[in-house]
Amino acid sequence: MSDVAARPAPNLLANPWIKAGLIVAGLIAAAMLGARLDGSGTLYKIFIDPFDQMAAAPDLLAQTIWEGLVSGVLYALIALGFVLIFKASGVFNFAQGIMVVFAALTLVGLHEKGVPAWLAVILTLGVMFLLAVAIERVVLRPLVNQPDIILFMATFGITYFLIGFGESVFGGSPKQMIADQLYLPKGAIDLKILGGLVSLQKIDIAAAIIASVMIAVLALFFQYTRIGRALRAVADSHKAALSVGISLNQIWVIVWFTAGIVALITGIMWGARSDVSFALEIVALKALPVLILGGFTSIPGAIIGGLIIGIGEKIGEFYWGPLIGGGIESWLAYFIALGFLLFRPQGLFGDKIIERI
Amino acid sequence: MFYREAGQFKSTYAADMAVFPIRQDRIGLAIILLIAFIGIPLIGNDFFITSVMIPFLVFSLAAIGLNILTGYTGLISLGTAAFMGVGAYACYKLTTAFPGVNIIVLILVSGLFSAAIGVLFGLPSLRIKGFYLAVATLAAQFFLQWAFVRVPWLFNYNASGAIEVPQRLLFGIPVTGASASPETRYFVCLCLVIVMTWFASNLVHGKIGRSWMAVRDMDIAAELMGIKLLNAKLLAFAVSSFYAGVAGAMMIFLWYGGGEAADVFNIRLSFNILFMVIIGGLGSLIGSFFGAAFIASLPTIMKFGLPALGVPMSGATAEHVTFMLVGALIIIFLIVEPHGLARLWQIGKQKLRTWPFPY
Repeated sequence: MSDVAARPAPNLLANPWIKAGLIVAGLIAAAMLGARLDGSGTLYKIFIDPFDQMAAAPDLLAQTIWEGLVSGVLYALIALGFVLIFKASGVFNFAQGIMVVFAALTLVGLHEKGVPAWLAVILTLGVMFLLAVAIERVVLRPLVNQPDIILFMATFGITYFLIGFGESVFGGSPKQMIADQLYLPKGAIDLKILGGLVSLQKIDIAAAIIASVMIAVLALFFQYTRIGRALRAVADSHKAALSVGISLNQIWVIVWFTAGIVALITGIMWGARSDVSFALEIVALKALPVLILGGFTSIPGAIIGGLIIGIGEKIGEFYWGPLIGGGIESWLAYFIALGFLLFRPQGLFGDKIIERI
Repeated sequence: MFYREAGQFKSTYAADMAVFPIRQDRIGLAIILLIAFIGIPLIGNDFFITSVMIPFLVFSLAAIGLNILTGYTGLISLGTAAFMGVGAYACYKLTTAFPGVNIIVLILVSGLFSAAIGVLFGLPSLRIKGFYLAVATLAAQFFLQWAFVRVPWLFNYNASGAIEVPQRLLFGIPVTGASASPETRYFVCLCLVIVMTWFASNLVHGKIGRSWMAVRDMDIAAELMGIKLLNAKLLAFAVSSFYAGVAGAMMIFLWYGGGEAADVFNIRLSFNILFMVIIGGLGSLIGSFFGAAFIASLPTIMKFGLPALGVPMSGATAEHVTFMLVGALIIIFLIVEPHGLARLWQIGKQKLRTWPFPY
């Protein structure tokens, strides 16, 4: 029994969570102390005032979080397309953002030409399928086995091509999404909670529901179908998948087509909130911090990363943005992602990077 | 027949280590320099010099900078344009604060500011790699771009929010500002680019360049061999940003003239410079020049060349078709020669060496 007493006490600091928690607690304590002692009030404005505002007007906070949640869902949808392609083919598909715009433009453009709305959706799906086949044939197949950065650059090429092609076919002017014809709801629900009004756009609720349904369908598809199994096999190892008779070319077409469907749905949702134009391209870059936050290879990572980024940047912009001149939404997402990345270099849910010499 | 090294003996170590060991290469270089210094100012008109040659030189310098980072050290960066912007704004602040100092000195010094910012944003590269790093450098791009518009100190609280290029003299001749002639600006650009290329060439052929390439090929192995990753990676970021900063300062002070400074350093410029590096050839200085010539001249050729050939096109259509063609050309180039124009140049030289009897 004597060795129990001799055993050293467990080192609590060795646990990374406890360590991180202590650091955060120390920082908060230091900040609060500093804010009380600081004469000029700068620290007060940074560390105390925003939280005071949050506590004083919880309805505003709820509204901000809701808006963050919605934009997070949309970022997550774009990131989802990235993840699908990266998992299956190891290609960092920069063109996903432009595929969203292209799909939405095709849909609207076809409807303008007099095609009924639902037929236009089906035709657009056909176009996205053709695009997937073309990309596989023209770009991926000749570039097989090239270094990652070459394939990355090739998707840049696809991006430029699609921008030029889309603009010369459908014109560069912004267009209205055909939300009514697709039976998407309009208007807003006003909730009386927390001593104020919180207004929820119906289209946002629809977007959240559709995104959840789509993610569930994708998960089922990956888990229980033959093609889904083949996709997971390819994601694990190209060579092993080839050796059990899975056709890589077919899988790539399927994956790019799936990403195209995701792009179309994202495009419809996004187009219904604002309008359809190539300005969305810059917004689509917001999906990149979501990706590195969640990890390139994880679908749940894309969703949770999207929500963290969406809520984080809306709250940051609303409560801290005015302190330094506003408009910080354009880069805050990247810094949030960078902060996470310094602790987990592979993202929150990404595969652990193991390097051998 | 014309390009043979037969009979050229190296009798010293210095000759063996020369960057251009073959006599024909040295002659070729001399001819290129002659054309650049004498031929182009004599033949070219103002339009050619301002809208073809100066952009080409500026982009070449920026591409060399990115090539040091991406091609030699293997760190992908999507923030080149932002670092160029740091150079431009630093130069503006410096020249308004010290109007008496020679503008060439200030352009070079503003590169140092850009290098400092580059090191700051290069810090994550010690922890994260590959595409994760590429996206992390976007943080630099968007943050700095935001700062150029929102931090009034950077443009001296001008009401217009733009920076304007003051007139500065060199040996009594106006170099910057509205009254500087295109030829003068061209000569200044040319000299800066030549000196900095020479410097870069010495850097990448020496010990530092070799440590960069070791890091690129495998950083863990390089670390085991005794290369300090911290120093090598941060030095690469510093040198790369220095080049980008000087290119940015040249871009505003010797080419654009300040008005567009707030929106020219956008993410599309970053991508364009990455294209130049990839299409020119990763890890090749001469490739940076090829890539810059290709990407920088393509829009001009599309805009003025096609109507001259009798292909009728309006401005908007031409722009769209340019986009499509650039995209298609990038893909075609990557398929035909993933190692870039520099590799094509190598192959051409090899063919020339055995011509006309290739057996």
